[in-house]
Amino acid sequence: MAVASRSIPASLVRSGADRRRALIDRLFRSLALLAAVICVIPLFLIVAYVVINGIGALNLDLLTKAPRALGVGGGAEAAILGSIQMVALASLMAIPAGILAAVYVSEFSHRRSATVIRFSADVLVGIPSILMGIFVFTFLVLPFHQYNAFAGSVALAFLMVPIIMRTTEEMLRLVPGDLREASFALGVPTWRTVLSVVLRTGLPGILTGVMLAVARAAGETAPLLFTALGSRLVNVGDWSKPMDALPIFVYTNARQPIAALNEQAWGAALLLLMFVLTINILVRARTWSVRSR
Amino acid sequence: MKEIPEMAIESLDRAGETAAVASPNGQSPSDQQSVARYAGAPGSPLATAPTSVATGAMEVQALNVYYSAFRAVRDVSLPITPQSVTALIGPSGCGKSTFLRTLNRMHEVIPGARVEGTVTLDGVDVYDPRIDPVQLRRVIGMVFQRPNPFPTMSIYDNVVAGLRLTGRHSKASLDGVVERSLQRAALWNEVKDKLRQSGVSLSGGQQQRLCIARALAVDPEVILMDEPCSALDPVATLKIEELISDLRDRYTIVIVTHNMQQASRVSDQTAFFTMGDDRAGYLVEMGPTKEMFTSPKDQLTEDYVSGRFG
Ligand SMILES: Nc1ncnc2c1ncn2[C@@H]1O[C@H](COP(=O)(O)OP(=O)(O)O)[C@@H](O)[C@H]1O
Ligand SMILES: [Mg+2]
Repeated sequence: MAVASRSIPASLVRSGADRRRALIDRLFRSLALLAAVICVIPLFLIVAYVVINGIGALNLDLLTKAPRALGVGGGAEAAILGSIQMVALASLMAIPAGILAAVYVSEFSHRRSATVIRFSADVLVGIPSILMGIFVFTFLVLPFHQYNAFAGSVALAFLMVPIIMRTTEEMLRLVPGDLREASFALGVPTWRTVLSVVLRTGLPGILTGVMLAVARAAGETAPLLFTALGSRLVNVGDWSKPMDALPIFVYTNARQPIAALNEQAWGAALLLLMFVLTINILVRARTWSVRSR
Repeated sequence: MKEIPEMAIESLDRAGETAAVASPNGQSPSDQQSVARYAGAPGSPLATAPTSVATGAMEVQALNVYYSAFRAVRDVSLPITPQSVTALIGPSGCGKSTFLRTLNRMHEVIPGARVEGTVTLDGVDVYDPRIDPVQLRRVIGMVFQRPNPFPTMSIYDNVVAGLRLTGRHSKASLDGVVERSLQRAALWNEVKDKLRQSGVSLSGGQQQRLCIARALAVDPEVILMDEPCSALDPVATLKIEELISDLRDRYTIVIVTHNMQQASRVSDQTAFFTMGDDRAGYLVEMGPTKEMFTSPKDQLTEDYVSGRFG
């Protein structure tokens, strides 16, 4: 009946070396956990810090009042409207360009040119954004002797295109070849297959990339410093003049030796943070729901 | 080789049922040049068939298929009888899929793939430079190994995808096309109450029948099936086999199958392929399915159908 328990072979008995191994194992696991916590902590610290400092300044005045031309008071209306306008125009330029470039790479290009384009986009993503600003400055600001909102939008668009292109392309590559074949086999022309089958199937992922690019553009200061410059005047629709933006507003007001202005900077920073976080959370929620389906 | 008529001939109207699909208002001029539209032209070898005009006869002559430098199919000639089922059998990698795809020029979407030789549909060379492969595929449809309904589309939209995406629909007729195609694909009763649900919510077998319905909706004459049951369970397989038997009265069907029982059950003709030392596939022999399975002429065929190799 009962299986006779024979004596355990010596090679299986836990030795000192095995105990040491278990210890090292536990040590490394703890180190990895610590590193992971270090990665997460800054996010919470930043959010907490900005909320604590900014929540007091976040009021109706900040949202709706223009900055005073001189002195203290007013709000970030110019910056809010400026950010909305410049990011919108940049999106208008960058979204079609980025998506079309991705379609070209994933559907039409040969392997070698695809590699070159993909590599260029990756490098472009990594280029410091201030260089993007200087680059646009030389051909959209210098010739006109005038900082202008259009140049700001173009700089932001340059920033967005490679991000949109790369995420879109990844998404298009995830669309199974089966679906393209199914469409071709029905006698659907290539352009229509790309539009109604490939892009349509990849759409949720493409939207994710677009939203992340918009969030990135909304939060960038450097490309605007040499282009849109920033302004204390509310500028609606005059692309040839300087325009304010939230990150510039934060930057300039935080540098003033006046407490009230610093407070406004915190309020604007909170506004910016909320916008970026909202987009990121929307994107995550959306990818989660897609994955769990 | 017959001349390609430039003029539009009244669209082929199988048993009058398809008038709605091919309504003239939804038709582009290029449509009317598609090879289907002159299939019943005088002089067609099949123009005198008794009930309706028999169409969808294909003929392959000295076909070689290459992937860049590699020859995948060598010197294949065979007839494909209209309104019957032709099975292609043979060991894995002997070029059955490759051969099948050249029939509606689907190989052209693979970079480096090219053919030599001729393939005709009702006497017209499908490789004639004037023939648009996109149009050709509306006449010679295809069903794939893995069911591949469009995941973003409902069942209804999947069925009419071919018509919508080629801009050939009048709103009113779509409902009729959906019902008729699903009926023919033996799926209507199972899905008629959930046409708005996603196509990928169906079981694998249902998805495959949905893909067949989608292929039928564009009103093809020939349907190519590449191992349509290999991803399905036995019950679903049986359903598809029954469906193929139902479809044979109306369509020319060419089916690649790994499963010899399946070939013997569903097909009228069987073509046996194998590959040579250069890995190029070639046709060993072709004949009525019964003969191929009971008294094949070639020893290779006999070995294969009796399960001694492959
Ligand atoms: N896209 C392709 N590119 C290059 N070679 C291919 C491609 N598809 C198939 N082949 C080759 O062609 C031969 C026939 O393949 P295939 O037609 O898929 O065979 P079967 O369907 O009979 O299993 C095989 O040697 C295969 O490796
Ligand atoms: Mg195959």
